[in-house]
Amino acid sequence: MIAFEELLDRFAGLDRRELSRWVENRWVLPERRDRTWIFHEIDVARVELILEVRREFAIDDEALSLVLGLLDQVYDLRRQLGRVCDALAAQPPEIQAAVRQALPRATEPDTSRD
Amino acid sequence: MAQTPYEVLGVKPDASADEIRKIYRQLAKQFHPDLNPGKPEAEERFKAVSAAYDLLSDPEKRARYDRGEIDESGAERPPRSYYRGYAEGAEGRKYQPEGEMDLGDLEDLFAAFGSAGRGWRGRGGEGFRARGGDRHFTLTVDFVEAATGAKQRLSLAPEQWLDVTIPPGINDGQVLRLRGKGGPGLGGGPAGDALIEVHVAPHPLFRRDRDNIRMELPISLAEAVLGARVTVPTITGPVTMTIPKGSDTGAQLRLRGKGIQRKKGPGDQYVTLKVVVGPSGDPELAAFLEKWAPRHPFDPREGTRS
Repeated sequence: MIAFEELLDRFAGLDRRELSRWVENRWVLPERRDRTWIFHEIDVARVELILEVRREFAIDDEALSLVLGLLDQVYDLRRQLGRVCDALAAQPPEIQAAVRQALPRATEPDTSRD
Repeated sequence: MAQTPYEVLGVKPDASADEIRKIYRQLAKQFHPDLNPGKPEAEERFKAVSAAYDLLSDPEKRARYDRGEIDESGAERPPRSYYRGYAEGAEGRKYQPEGEMDLGDLEDLFAAFGSAGRGWRGRGGEGFRARGGDRHFTLTVDFVEAATGAKQRLSLAPEQWLDVTIPPGINDGQVLRLRGKGGPGLGGGPAGDALIEVHVAPHPLFRRDRDNIRMELPISLAEAVLGARVTVPTITGPVTMTIPKGSDTGAQLRLRGKGIQRKKGPGDQYVTLKVVVGPSGDPELAAFLEKWAPRHPFDPREGTRS
């Protein structure tokens, strides 16, 4: 956890107005505490990601909003998929085997149709 | 041996700073770990590309590397915690899209992915029951089997097969559904179905026309003029058919009830005659025709004149 000022120090070239705008746009969701913002580890990593996407890939605000939206959806799906995998891992072996069998293998061509 | 930073970026050792920057941005876009979740190799490439660019983008470091004063890892970054590492954990829920996939429990997920009305059943407490998946197969049958109906054994795996009854008159591309012969159900749920797409191989003589069978039958000139009893193949075996005197090419004869057998009544077989003179022609026939003056001459091309 670090405060707003510390975060500005951590990344060279990250400017105060820019970071404030990201928070206002809800691209980063720090915790509001005593008239300042506290950034958790995930928020710091997200700031670094945004910084890179903006600078290195020359993506503007509008496109960035789209990119973040899509990324959030991908990660949401992956979290949900992880929960399904966890739930399956807790099932008895015969159910796991049945699920494994029912899953078509993406890497192999479907030979049953020949 | 480790790759040189030039090899990592795929540029020549004398590449300009602009060129290097351009290539780096391309590669970074392609392999950024946060844009490639689930692809660990992308992260490896990204790290390698970033390290290479770190070194080559700094003229001083690049010069030192070129002089051999530092090695390719001389400018490696301190280990970094990527956003991905958090996003997939529980804390990532913070950035969950609003109102999109807020799946309260697994059952909602099944409801979201399963088709409505069938599939996922049961309440969370008793585990889940699910109908097994459908399995798809294709089966090619020959023309006569498709016309008359047949039993076929479809091999699924060694020691595992499916007996398939082909109903008479099945059409090319028709799908047979065998209930309960698909994938096993989960948690006591019903098995899925086997869906078998049937292909009908073409036949050298027969053609299907709905419930009728059509074929072309070559006959000799003598058979055409004098009439004859000839043997004709049908889908249920050879039968004898009478060719009336004076039959022309194109004349169509019907074999009643020799088509597809249906409960509502069978189809027929239609035989179209085709008079064949023979490869070289018969010299005696030719000699006869030269002398022959028909008593009732006719012009077969009468209708073709304009």
